[in-house]
Parts: sequence; structure tokens; C-alpha cells
Amino acid sequence: MAEAPSAAGAASHSEHPEYNEKVVRQFVIATTFWGIAAFLVGVVIALQLAFPILNLDLPWTSFGRLRPVHTSAAIFAFGGCALFATSFYVVQRTCRAPLFGGRALAGFVFWGYQLFIVMAALGYVFGITQSKEYAEPEWFVDLWLTIVWVVYLVIYVGTIAKRKEPHIYVANWFFLAFIVTVAMLHIVNNLAVPVSWTGAKSYILWSGVQDALTQWWYAHNAVGFFLTAGFLGIMYYILPKQIDRPIYSYRLSVVHFWSLIFLYIWAGPHHLHYTALPDWAQTLGMTFSVMLWMPSWGGMINGLMTLAGAWDKLRTDPVLRFIVAAVGFYGMSTFEGPVMSIKPVNALSHYTDWGIGHVHSGALGWVAFISFGALYFLVPRLWKREGLYSLKLVEYHFWIATIGIVLYITSMWISGVTQGLMWRAYDKLGFLQYSFVETVEAMHPYYLIRAAGGVLFLIGALIMVVNLVKTARGSAAAAPIAGPAPATAG
Amino acid sequence: MSLHQKAEKNVWWLIALTLITVSIGGLVEIVPLYTIKSTIEKVEGVRPYTPLELAGRNIYIREGCYVCHSQQVRPFRDEAERYGHYSLAAESMYDHPFQWGSKRTGPDLARVGGKYSNAWHVTHFIDPRSVVPESIMPAYPFLATRKLKFSDAAAHLRANRTVGVPYTDEMIKNALKDLADQANPEADHEALLKRYPKAAVGNFDGKPGVLTEMDALIAYLQILGRMVDFTKYGTGQLQQ
Repeated sequence: MAEAPSAAGAASHSEHPEYNEKVVRQFVIATTFWGIAAFLVGVVIALQLAFPILNLDLPWTSFGRLRPVHTSAAIFAFGGCALFATSFYVVQRTCRAPLFGGRALAGFVFWGYQLFIVMAALGYVFGITQSKEYAEPEWFVDLWLTIVWVVYLVIYVGTIAKRKEPHIYVANWFFLAFIVTVAMLHIVNNLAVPVSWTGAKSYILWSGVQDALTQWWYAHNAVGFFLTAGFLGIMYYILPKQIDRPIYSYRLSVVHFWSLIFLYIWAGPHHLHYTALPDWAQTLGMTFSVMLWMPSWGGMINGLMTLAGAWDKLRTDPVLRFIVAAVGFYGMSTFEGPVMSIKPVNALSHYTDWGIGHVHSGALGWVAFISFGALYFLVPRLWKREGLYSLKLVEYHFWIATIGIVLYITSMWISGVTQGLMWRAYDKLGFLQYSFVETVEAMHPYYLIRAAGGVLFLIGALIMVVNLVKTARGSAAAAPIAGPAPATAG
Repeated sequence: MSLHQKAEKNVWWLIALTLITVSIGGLVEIVPLYTIKSTIEKVEGVRPYTPLELAGRNIYIREGCYVCHSQQVRPFRDEAERYGHYSLAAESMYDHPFQWGSKRTGPDLARVGGKYSNAWHVTHFIDPRSVVPESIMPAYPFLATRKLKFSDAAAHLRANRTVGVPYTDEMIKNALKDLADQANPEADHEALLKRYPKAAVGNFDGKPGVLTEMDALIAYLQILGRMVDFTKYGTGQLQQ
């Protein structure tokens, strides 16, 4: 372990002529595009909950069909493209090798994945869905994604196999675990029998309680491997690069990696507390969810301690601020998650907006913020610019988005706890105090605040788009306030 | 060379160790759900859906109703009073996929069957706020005018049989007839009710002659939670 590899070291050879940067640029553009789409649909459906008339009484615009558009756009289109972009960028540099399979395979993954996104989203709007949350696409879309994913795996493993560095850098462990595990989850959870080979409809192989656990085994680990392991891969590369220091502890990375991927897989049953899932499985899920707090915070500490001795850069580098705030939100939501997985807490929080708030502290605070950090990191390097067009705009983006998140998660906490308490409230005579619809009515102000938070988050992202476009076009930089000169760093 | 040094330097070792590590939890938790017999309670009454209920269930899925409505009553005093007996695993054993849901923006629907009249449902779907002024549910007026497309009902039943739902040859043979008869008050329902006990029959959408998506969706809602007769079972008899 003495010769522990670091991103900073490996990247000293970063200007390799054969690196495929085109596919990274393509995925960066796609990330930005789908990000805006996801946030926009999010704002629309948030407003639908406050003002039901916005459902327009049409099939294609109702909340039930648009909500999967929002979640899939956020997780798979925005998050997925961010992971493709960063993983392809990182694997080439940390392996000192161009992508395996050449431009054709990489191009196939890009266009194949975009086709998957479009097929999935159009399907939801037209009512083609298998109703498994975060795995809604029907069998033919699932098959297509499987092909694209296998090619992605081949490129990734092939690139690592032909690397010129002796070690496989930590970020690649996380990316690889993400690719391999998502493949396993996707295939098992989506096994289905189509009604006919020419129709969209299928019936899933699993039923009832077994289907429920398979689904939440999948969905919780979509969080664990898609939204966590993959994005930790980003953290392990861009955080040390942005401050030009090696990761705090290599040993902690090793412990973090193996304990995280071992424990995460067990946590699915906490989505099924007090349901018809047998008690032993619920208890097991709760226990492992609580244990999961440790590796999660181990990773957070590894990230934050990398800043030891360089904390002052937070004052001057707004890009770093995004990355570090992301790690902070990661720590916060990975503490909140285990708390919510404890059965008595879950009895109150489950089925309420508290869950929605929790998801968004992770999705906006961790996933989106580290993706924004990665976009600000990548664009000047990929388009060979001296730096970002404006660090001032990055700063505006940071604060507007942060206020948006705070509005979002606090309103959802309050509405969740309020609704949970109202459902179980009894009056003096021992009757239920509130009808269901009274609890719906009580949510209205919080739904307005949540929508306002979403609008702020969207505005922040639009500011980012302007900044990135101007950077890529090489518009004259408006006196950058600080930060390293990225394109030539290392 | 230690195991970890191998994994750090050989991508195949890394993949193999990762796969082993991420397989254990799922295997330990999911496989026993198939092998432990008490996972699904022994109760009478749970049967496959009628063709019309199945068509309605597919509309329920298509419209994303599960996004806001759970179908899973938890064993709490308030939920028992609000919704009824807690849900059993047996009650969804023929559900491909399950519809337990994860969020209650609207109320739980596991036992909504029989609680409201067909006419109430029709009015509510066409304009939810006409019967529940504070409701935030989207309106679904198009269900009342769209003809139900389920001419391949038999193929749907067969696909369900392939994944384990005990549809008999007789059920598959009569799929289209049962589909039409259930929504036709004039039809003879004896054979249908023998195949599918407790099925709600009648003209669900109030419009004679035409079989609409509204008919199917209401037929589905009206059977939810009604298959098991809980008066037959005492405390402690429904344990897993």
C-alpha cells in the first residue's frame, strides 16, 4: 500500500492523443440537456400536486404518467449520462489507455443509451409501463438497455485490462461495481413474459411478496450502486484533482468500497416495513440499513479529510464548493436513511412526503451537486479552454440551488411528519381525528414551498447551462475570481 | 500477493470478488421467500382476476395509480380503522407485478372494493373535485369514452398462466365471453361467478352496450380486498 496510486499521479499523463474525448463531450452535453428536462418536469409535477387543474384532464399529461418521466429523466438520463461521461473520462486517464473497442463501440453506447431514454420516456407518456418504480420500461426497452449495458461493461473492462498503470485506481472500483451490479439488478428485476412478441405488454415473472422484495432489492440498490457507488467514483477522481492532493486514506478507500457494496444489497426490505413481507426479512433489512451508516460516513470522511490543509480553497473555488457540499449532503442523507429504516420511525415516515424529501436531499444535494461539479470540471478540459467563462456565475448557481434544496427538503420534512401524525391522530372520543382528504388539504402550503424550491434549483441549472455554453464556445472569460487553471492542470 | 493486491491489479479478480460480495445479501433475503412455506398465509378465497378485472388492473398500471395509492394496509390501529384488516401476502400472490406502492398522496386502496358505488366511482373519475372538493387527483374523463381494447384477453390469461397464475383451460377458453358478460347486467353470470367467485357484475359505467375502460377499472377496484372473508379467521390464525 506504500505505493498507493492517486488520481493526481495518474493524471500527469492526461494529454494522451488517442483518448476518446468525443464520447465524453457527447455525454456531457446529454447530461446538461437531460438535467434541465428532469428538473423542468419535476417542477411541473410539483405544481400539479398543488394545483390539480394542471393535469389538464388528458391521459398524456397526468401526474401518474409524468412522475416516471421525472424520476427516469433525473436518475437514468441526467445521472446516467453524468456517469457515462465521468467514467469514460476517468478510466482513460487513470489507466493511461484509450477506450477499448475504439470509437465505434463508444459511439454505440452513446446513441444506444439516448435511444433507451427516449423509448422509456415516450413509453410512460403513452402509458407503456410495467409499474415497477425506477424500472418502469417494458420488456423490449429492457432488452435494448441490456445490450447497451453489456457493451458499456466490455468497453470498461477492456480499457482497464489494457491499462499502463500497475494499479486499478479506486474510482474505477466504484465505477466497475456500479456497472456490474446494475446489470445484475436490472436483469433479475425485469424478467417478464410478453403477452405477444409484437405487443408492448408483459407480465413480470415474480408475484406478490416475492416481487415486492425483488423490486425493492432492485430499487434500493439502484440508489446504492447507480446513485451512490457510481457517483463515489466521480468523487474519488475529481475531488483530489480539483484540489491537487491525493485522497486522504487509501486504506479507508479499501474498507469503504468493500463494506459499502456488501452492506447495501441487504437494505432493500426497509422499503417494506410492516407490510406482508415476513418479519425476519424486515428485521434483517433494518439491521443492515443501520450498519450501512458506517461505510457511508467512512466515504464521506475520506472525501472531506482530503481537504485537510486546503480548506481555504473552499473560499475561493466555487467548483470545489459544489463538490464538497455534495459530499456533505451525502453524509446527511446517508444518516437520515438509516434513521428512517428503523421500524418505529418508518411507521411514521413511510408513505409520506418525508420519503420524497429524503430522496431529494440525496438526488439534488449529492447526485446533482457532484454532477454539476463534474460538469464544471470537465467542460474547460474537454473544450480546451483556460478556465470557466465565469466563476461568479458558478457562485450564483451554487447559492440559488442550495436555497432551492433547503426549501425542498424542509417543506417535505414538515409535510411528511405532519401527515404521518394526522393519519394516526385520535380525538377525545377515540375516533380518528382526520379524514384522509383533510390530511391532503393540509399539505397544500408545503407543496407550494416545494415547487418554489424546485424552481430555484431549475434556475440555478439554467445559469450553469449559460456558463458552460459560453465556456465551450470560448467566450472571453469575465475576470475569473480564483481557482486553478484547469485545462493544463497536472 | 494478498487477495486484495490481486484485486487491485487484476480486473477479473476485481469483478469476481465484487460479484460475490454483492450477491450474498440478495440470495439470503430473497431465496427463502420461495422456500419457507409460511411466507404466504393459508387462506381461502384468493383467486385469479376475471378478464375484466385484469384489463382494469392493466389500466391502473398504465395510468400510474400506484404512484399515489398504496395497496398495503399495515397492522396499526389507525390503519385498521381507516382501511380495514391488514394486508396478507396471500392477497397479492397472483399479482404480476405487485401494486403495494410506496406513497400515499391519496388513500390506500387495498380494501376499496365495495366501499363506494359504481356511480360514485364514475363521477369521481370524471371530476374528482365534484365529489371530494379538496382532492388533488387528476381527472380521467377519457376513461368513460374510450372503448376497452382487450380482444387478446385469452393471450393475457395465458401469459399469466406462464408466470404461475392458475388460470384453467376453461377460463382461457371463456375469456372474451367472461369479459363481456361481467359488464352486462342482462347476461347469465352463473358460470362466470363459479369461475371467479365474488366478482362484481353489472353495468359499471352506467352506459349500456359499450364496454369502456371505465367499466374495466371500476370492476378491478370493486374486487380489491374482498376476496378473503376475514370473519372466518380468528386472531393468530393468519401468521406467517
